[in-house]
Amino acid sequence: MDPDAEQPSPVTITPYPDGPYLVRGDFVVRDQEGNELPTERQTIALCRCGKSQMRPFCDGTHKLIGFRAPSGQESWPGG
Amino acid sequence: MAGRLIELPSPRGPLSGRLFEALEGPPDQGLEAPSAIDSFDPIADEDLQLALYVAYEIHYSGIRGVDERWEWAPSLLAFRAELERPFEAALDELAEPAAGEELASVGAALQAIVADDPGPPLSRYLETQGTLEQMHEHVIHRSAYQLKEADPHSWAIPRLSPRPKAALLEVQADEYGGGSAERMHSVLFAKTMTALGLDPTYGAYLDRLPGVTLATVNLISLFGLHRRRRGALVGHLAGFEMTSSIPNRRYGNALRRLGCGREATHFYDEHVEADAVHENIAAWDLAGGLAADEPEVAADILFGARALLQLEARWATHLMDSWERGESSLREPAAVPA
Repeated sequence: MDPDAEQPSPVTITPYPDGPYLVRGDFVVRDQEGNELPTERQTIALCRCGKSQMRPFCDGTHKLIGFRAPSGQESWPGG
Repeated sequence: MAGRLIELPSPRGPLSGRLFEALEGPPDQGLEAPSAIDSFDPIADEDLQLALYVAYEIHYSGIRGVDERWEWAPSLLAFRAELERPFEAALDELAEPAAGEELASVGAALQAIVADDPGPPLSRYLETQGTLEQMHEHVIHRSAYQLKEADPHSWAIPRLSPRPKAALLEVQADEYGGGSAERMHSVLFAKTMTALGLDPTYGAYLDRLPGVTLATVNLISLFGLHRRRRGALVGHLAGFEMTSSIPNRRYGNALRRLGCGREATHFYDEHVEADAVHENIAAWDLAGGLAADEPEVAADILFGARALLQLEARWATHLMDSWERGESSLREPAAVPA
């Protein structure tokens, strides 16, 4: 048995260029009431453009609206 | 469920006729490679595309009455190479070569390529005004690939360096249902076919599929069976995933509008969510990762995406034009011999 097998893998959130946030690891998505939102896949995409028709998940709509955002942190005047 | 086994289709000309006749005999006997094939339009050449399809299919599936040793018979490989030559030449004419500045960011270049999709609005048409019969035809065309969805791209796995390989596996694990056969995308597609009253048997509609449809599948097999085209194979997958979620939402909406239930729409609905994940991994981690590790194939990555979009556009145009003329986009059912 792999002694590390029981360890939860850390959750990572990666903003993809002009696209959604991809979430990997042992994550759970809950609404404000604490109800779990069912997710069937190991990697999920969360909407970043705000226009998905199945928020909080991405449905690819960002491509239709010309959403632009970098993968890294945006520079801003206070940064 | 039994292993894959297809029937030899009816030949459509001298190339497929000669090939199928030889395949019914002992392996590696009686098959002479054709001399330079003169095809006016290789992409839509019924005879050439069907012969090539069967020459590739022997790597995916059994063929009833065909000795399995034909798969690596030198005479079949030589025959296939002659079929591939005009096909690859036609692709070179269709898909423009990558521009030098595109290679600086393959992910960004792929985004620009798919944003410039040359195809007609097939999914929008089906969503808003397609008939059930037209949806059935669409599903039958797609069955040529969707019943083996993900399989040809798996040929890239042993050929990739660790970072793009990990990205490909992240996509493929999901394509194959994340460990659940029930959720495997090819299985979901078979369920859609059943729900629509169509035959989900692998290869059942081969005789009905026109050359322009077979070409869309031959494209992936060509890239998948030649290691030298690993860049194009990765670009094909990236392009496929990046042009999937929005059309699939529309196909699901089309079936809902036509009164179909979740059994029929699940495949499409699943692809909206799945491919919204996959497209990012495929463009940036898989294609971008491969381009970083093997810059010499970066141009072929973009070629693979462009060739995909061009062939999909040819195919979609065939469907829309056939329907506009009030005709079926499928070939006539073969006459039953008396």
